[in-house]
Amino acid sequence: MIKIVAFISLFVAYLLYSIIVYTKGTEKNIVVSADEQSRIKNGSHLFQRYNCTACHQLYGLGGYLGPELTTAYSDPVRGELYMKAFLKAGGPRMPNFHFKEEEVNALISFFKYVDTTAITYKTH
Amino acid sequence: MITQPAIKNSYTTDKSAKAFLVLAMSYLLFGLLLGVIGGFQYILPPFLKDQLSFQQTRPLHVYLVITWLFTAAQAGIYYYLPRVSNRPVYWRQGVWLHFILQLMVSLFIITCFFLGYFGGREYLEFPPLLGAFILLSWIPFAINFFFTLKPNYKTAPVYIWMWSTGIIFFFITLSESYLWLFDFFHTNIVRDVTVQWKALGSMVGSWNMLVYGTGMYVMEQTSGNSKPARSPIAFFFYFLGLTNLMFNWGHHTYIVPAAPWIKNVAYFISMTELLILAHLILQWRKLMSEARKNYHRMPYRLLSYADGWILLNLTLAIIISVPAWNYYTHGTHITVAHSMGATIGINTMLLLASVFYIIKKEKPEAFEKRKPWVGKGIVITNIALFIFWASLLGSGLVKISSKSNNESFYNMMQKCQPYFKVFAYSGIVILLGLFILIYSAFKILSGKKELKTL
Repeated sequence: MIKIVAFISLFVAYLLYSIIVYTKGTEKNIVVSADEQSRIKNGSHLFQRYNCTACHQLYGLGGYLGPELTTAYSDPVRGELYMKAFLKAGGPRMPNFHFKEEEVNALISFFKYVDTTAITYKTH
Repeated sequence: MITQPAIKNSYTTDKSAKAFLVLAMSYLLFGLLLGVIGGFQYILPPFLKDQLSFQQTRPLHVYLVITWLFTAAQAGIYYYLPRVSNRPVYWRQGVWLHFILQLMVSLFIITCFFLGYFGGREYLEFPPLLGAFILLSWIPFAINFFFTLKPNYKTAPVYIWMWSTGIIFFFITLSESYLWLFDFFHTNIVRDVTVQWKALGSMVGSWNMLVYGTGMYVMEQTSGNSKPARSPIAFFFYFLGLTNLMFNWGHHTYIVPAAPWIKNVAYFISMTELLILAHLILQWRKLMSEARKNYHRMPYRLLSYADGWILLNLTLAIIISVPAWNYYTHGTHITVAHSMGATIGINTMLLLASVFYIIKKEKPEAFEKRKPWVGKGIVITNIALFIFWASLLGSGLVKISSKSNNESFYNMMQKCQPYFKVFAYSGIVILLGLFILIYSAFKILSGKKELKTL
């Protein structure tokens, strides 16, 4: 009986904890225009559609063949132009995906947005 | 002279359980092959870059290897269910329905990857609709599990608790990992990443429960001692594992700008793993002497190797759970070493113990004939895996050093090349070792039904 009570108690704690995680502590505090919001969303979808996560990481999620991209936008060595060059032509390890200009801009907007949220990276 | 099948205690669903075994080992074989190709893409970037890029080989490898884990566990559970409950499987056709659904979903997923259709989420890189079909394919499995066993949890051994937990949490966590389909999650990257880590971290815990439960059952059967699986200490560690499954995931989010309490809970829970580590170390001499005594028993040998890997991997897990160290190790191949050590060293060894336990029961004579090869396969795999694991740690340390010196990604990758070479070549040897085991299993299973003379 103790085992069943222990399981139910843990399960209830897990459900409550899940609800708290979904709703608290991750509230959005970055304000962007509607146009920019739409580009970010588009960039995020492109990031997934081309499975960029196979080689690149965002907040530690993803593969290691390519560089981490969480703070690539504000990185003094990389930055927007450097990223655009790779997005347009590929690289020694990265295929050329033949992105259109607006797709490149959408991806850049997405990386810029991710970079803006990366406070923990920058303060470390 | 009277002859009768060697297995007195056989059930009509044994055939479908064996079909699951063959399917599971096929996943492993192809998953390993894709892993080797992916490994070579690290040292030879142009290798198949345009025909089968890393963008495809990685998801194929990840999908196939993960699917090997839960399919092999399911194969074992289908075989053990009637034996544990002493009654036939509740819905026999359901087992085949599960098999067909799973095979179809796998073929769809593999086709999508080859054609370049992605969902683009870590671990679940296939289009989201196929995730729903994976859930659907698990329904007959869950029905058969709960309706065949009708578990009485007051007296049930710990492996029944573990299997039940694994099934319930697989449904919960796979559904949770698709919350990103709602804008509430997807338009907020911090929330999205946090929930994704939460779902994936716990999902790994769910299939670990299925695998460890299977390992416990095999251990009980090979030792002939049913007490350990009912002991208070077994349940203490089950509940500790369950707590980790639920709350430990947060150590992946130390770098995510979510609320600090999420990380504090995770850190506290992660450190409870020290209790498991201490228990293992205290029991080590006993475990070693048991292992030596039973080394001739093939499933026991595999379980002993899994114990060794648990010790190594748990130590690594505890180290990378410390926030100050996690900042450096996260995003390096040290994390990969941890997941490879867990997937191949622990889970695959436990599942192979289950595979060869079943094979030995089904075809004892054929098994005896191929036993020397099985033994060689186990040794080759484990030696190669240790070298592979160490090379991943090495490249992780190089990455940490390069990161600290603000070196470019290109320079860091160049410095890692010697380690990548070791990891690519030792990957081939792992493939060879596991191929010997899989080939032996296929050969035995495809042989004639054995007859026993009374």
